[in-house]
Amino acid sequence: MNIDSMQFWTFFFLILTFGMYMTIAWRSRVKETKEFYVASQGVPTIANGAAVAADWMSAASFIGMAGMIAFLGSDGSVYLMGWTGGYVLLALLLAPYLRKWGKFTVPEFVGDRYNDTVRVVAAICAIVISFTYVVGQMTGGGVVFARFLGLEAHWAVIVAAVVIFFYAVLGGMKGITYTQVAQYAVLITAYLIPAVAVSQQIGGFPVPQVTYGTILAELDGLRTDFGLDRFTEAFSGRDGGQLDVFLVTLSLMLGTAGLPHVIIRFYTTKTVRGARFSAFWALFFISLLYLTAPAVGAFTKLNLLQGAEGATADELPTWIEPWADAGYVTLNVDDGTIDSVSNVAASGADLIVSNDILVLASPEISGLPAPIIGLMAAGGMAAALSTAAGLLLVISSAASHDIYFRMISKEAASEKTQMMVGRLAMTAAVIIAIFAGLNPPAFVAQVVAFAFGLAASTFFPILILGIFWKKANSKGAAAGMLTGLVFSSSYMIYTLELFGTQANDHILNISPEGIGALGAVLNFAVTVVVSNLTRPPSLEVQEMVESIRYPAPQQLKAAGKI
Amino acid sequence: MSDVTHEGSSGAAPPPENSWRQRYWKKNLRLMVVLLAIWFTVSFGFGIILIEPLNNIVILGFPLGLWFAQQGSIYTFVILILVYALWMDRIDNEFGVSERNGTGEKP
Repeated sequence: MNIDSMQFWTFFFLILTFGMYMTIAWRSRVKETKEFYVASQGVPTIANGAAVAADWMSAASFIGMAGMIAFLGSDGSVYLMGWTGGYVLLALLLAPYLRKWGKFTVPEFVGDRYNDTVRVVAAICAIVISFTYVVGQMTGGGVVFARFLGLEAHWAVIVAAVVIFFYAVLGGMKGITYTQVAQYAVLITAYLIPAVAVSQQIGGFPVPQVTYGTILAELDGLRTDFGLDRFTEAFSGRDGGQLDVFLVTLSLMLGTAGLPHVIIRFYTTKTVRGARFSAFWALFFISLLYLTAPAVGAFTKLNLLQGAEGATADELPTWIEPWADAGYVTLNVDDGTIDSVSNVAASGADLIVSNDILVLASPEISGLPAPIIGLMAAGGMAAALSTAAGLLLVISSAASHDIYFRMISKEAASEKTQMMVGRLAMTAAVIIAIFAGLNPPAFVAQVVAFAFGLAASTFFPILILGIFWKKANSKGAAAGMLTGLVFSSSYMIYTLELFGTQANDHILNISPEGIGALGAVLNFAVTVVVSNLTRPPSLEVQEMVESIRYPAPQQLKAAGKI
Repeated sequence: MSDVTHEGSSGAAPPPENSWRQRYWKKNLRLMVVLLAIWFTVSFGFGIILIEPLNNIVILGFPLGLWFAQQGSIYTFVILILVYALWMDRIDNEFGVSERNGTGEKP
């Protein structure tokens, strides 16, 4: 593979796709605040679904997930089920009702349904959750620039951040919606072409989901040779066993349903019916990637193990070397041949491979030409950009709408000031994210667990109760949310080396990724108990809760109306 | 199931002319409970709780438990949401509250 031509094609596709996004964002740029956040509810259902999919599928999904599955084996299912199953909850329990309520954001719904105090707590949670997630996008974009453009890792992150910032601030929700449709098209094409090619090459059949099954026996055999657990062995990839897999899956599902940047998308449909179908299209588009990811993980792992088994450093597949130069592959071959492979730097294995490269390397593994590799880089960037833009929008709306104008400046502000505060918040978020993104990647992985655990243990329960239980009141919601927040974050700080604290052993084998599920249960319980002990919400609020249960304001043919 | 139904009907009793709303809501809840039961059975049931026994059955190279955990559950999720959206359309039509022609109010 000629490195120059690969760089040329990477530049070519990155510039081409950026140009496309910028054009779309510029053409649909917005001047009014409402348009900035919800795009006038004029977005077609399928387009909205594709935008949700792009919004949702982050650099972690695109770049990292298949690699994680390659090393986790069967237990990689926590991510596959966790990050898709939440959409069932979102579609059935949240999206249609929040759409009927008709407000911009999660804090806004919470403010109407409960009170302003709960709203500010929710806005702070939304900012923390979204911010931690933005950091992940910047490091993801950094991997792309580091490998394909040969930038030094720190500069790669900064370049990625500047690009993300430039275009998120320019557009608004409307610009972002249509740009995200384009980004979905780019990222799914980039993901599927190499996957189909590798499937054809390894299994002689171009459908990865089928070929995946046919190589499992061989992969298990190879893994046994390397002294690893069988790929298909359940509960071997994670230390916590069955209970932990259960809790992590549940946490990721509840967190997915509670993530503010996903929920905001359902306000952009015209009707409640549109919100239901948007959810369907979103998961449909997401599933194209998620059903392929485990296959890609297994294929690249098979190729890696086949190439590495008994090989000396010089005999390794040629695609490995440039990744080693970029610092994502480490070789510790002293005694000639490679006997062990790992993704953990501290394992001391002969060959250490980062999770993040397996997808990006898949075109090289299957010997695809340089343009496809360039497209892959553009796909990775599309995933990072689209998610980051959605997240920055949540940060800016929470900061300007929910905190600044409620807390700091009580008087009504002009549209212009509102937009300016929103954009300032985005700028601050990007600058802080650059500093966080320059930290070691382990920090980022831990922080993403934080984001999902917090969304699960703060937002999900009070949204569900707010919709389905009229007597849930503001005191209950505030108490529940704070309990969930304090419980989950203290367990995470206890078990993770975050902010310089010491990592302690997991209690009952529950990993910090899984604690959100318990935090959510606790939040539910506290909200119900406190609501029952205090005065129920006003009849007006109860009437509003009643009204979101029916899509149209009145019956058109049968008797009776409101 | 009983929890949800109880919570749903625990508010102030609606005036008699709104009885269609109660029936609409009951149908909505029943559909929701059935679909969520399938959601739980396939993902947590087949993909986690019963994964080890199911792995003894191998179809087209896939141990069945692994297939449910990494593939089957996702197919099921997509179908569940589609069924929900289509079925709610039917319920909306039955009660004359369909928004198919954009009759839903705009905030």
